[in-house]
Amino acid sequence: MNIDSIRNGIVIDHIKAGQGMEIYQLLNLEALDCSIALIKNASSGKIGKKDIIKIDADFELDLDVLGYINPDITINVIKDGQRVRKFHPELPERLTNVIRCKNPRCITSVEQEIDHIFKLTDRENRVYRCIYCESKAKGENI
Amino acid sequence: MRSLIDIVDLSIEEINDLIDTANDIIENPDKYSEKCQKKKLATLFFEPSTRTRLSFEAAMMELGGNVLGFSAASNSSAAKGESVSDTIRTVCCYADIIAMRHPKEGAPMIASMHSTVPIINAGDGGHNHPTQTLTDLLTIQREKGRFDSLTVGLCGDLKFGRTVHSLIHALSRYENIHFVLISPEELKLPGYIINDILDKKGVSYTVTTSLEKVMPTLDILYMTRVQRERFFNEADYIRLKDSYILNKEKLTTAKTDLCIMHPLPRVNEISVDVDDDPRACYFKQVLYGKFIRMALILKLLEVE
Repeated sequence: MNIDSIRNGIVIDHIKAGQGMEIYQLLNLEALDCSIALIKNASSGKIGKKDIIKIDADFELDLDVLGYINPDITINVIKDGQRVRKFHPELPERLTNVIRCKNPRCITSVEQEIDHIFKLTDRENRVYRCIYCESKAKGENI
Repeated sequence: MRSLIDIVDLSIEEINDLIDTANDIIENPDKYSEKCQKKKLATLFFEPSTRTRLSFEAAMMELGGNVLGFSAASNSSAAKGESVSDTIRTVCCYADIIAMRHPKEGAPMIASMHSTVPIINAGDGGHNHPTQTLTDLLTIQREKGRFDSLTVGLCGDLKFGRTVHSLIHALSRYENIHFVLISPEELKLPGYIINDILDKKGVSYTVTTSLEKVMPTLDILYMTRVQRERFFNEADYIRLKDSYILNKEKLTTAKTDLCIMHPLPRVNEISVDVDDDPRACYFKQVLYGKFIRMALILKLLEVE
């Protein structure tokens, strides 16, 4: 299968196989009108199978959220057909509307149209807590 | 404009200032009797309370101010489905300061995000209750004369007991505090408080299920009620409600200057035969609660 190389844009590589669509939705990529390729189950020497997203547009994207999902993801920034930057995403200090608080006693369970905000409280152990009730975020809430 | 949502919003210096003001109010009540003239406190209680609401209202009245509000969600537009943020935007038009209790954790924080006047968290579910903590601190200061070098026994429902969580937060900032955590297995202190506060700050603590065993070591014994409203399952509540009952007999091994505290209301966890013991401080604690709330209202309204 051939997918053209991109001239200017972002390649999100080493996504755990099966997580590509989730990231596509989380980054709200359906709102873009540029060419986007979501490649599923590509073979990878590093992780066996992986997903890849290629976005063919030169624009700013808040990629911090990827650090919460998987810090092993690789982000490549492409300019004029050349890779100019390669990095792993940082753990973001705050997550807004990425995960939802599951504590039934939390105000977020009843108050409508409220942002679900989590704060990084322990970087070493990757612990996020709801800013309202301080409940710990569970990984499966993504 | 400041709000008080969590006891850790206040620095040690600010807590000391509040305690100094409260002590001055106790010594010179007349000096403060007109400080809040023409100011209005709204007490928004979406959950029932006797002490906290009346304490806030008495505090504002003793400062010469006025009070308005409601004492149950059923008496407010919350019963019609109004959001907390809309209720707050409305009440801001009528009051200069708001004290709010809500069964959902984090509701006062939402309120503070939408308010143009100071919000005081008067209890949000099993989460925080900072003015009870200020009350507890004033009680400890007046009864023990210090906040450091104390062995503090916390007994009963340590899982859902918000007053216990806030008090641990507050006292962990002082030197040489040793906590003795006395509870049944099912109502132990949540792991996040042990990990994020006690372990992280290197505060020493002992975990036990026996009140009798640790009684002789305690400087302060903080009793709590097993709260029916925090249980989803009635059977669990009934099984655990009588776990720890303090009576005169159990106090025979206690220090003569022990300070027995309780945020109240009690059900049966402190036997009434303890009430006459000079070590029983829980009704004095109620009185101190009014004075520290007066000090807090003055601070948040920036009244000199």
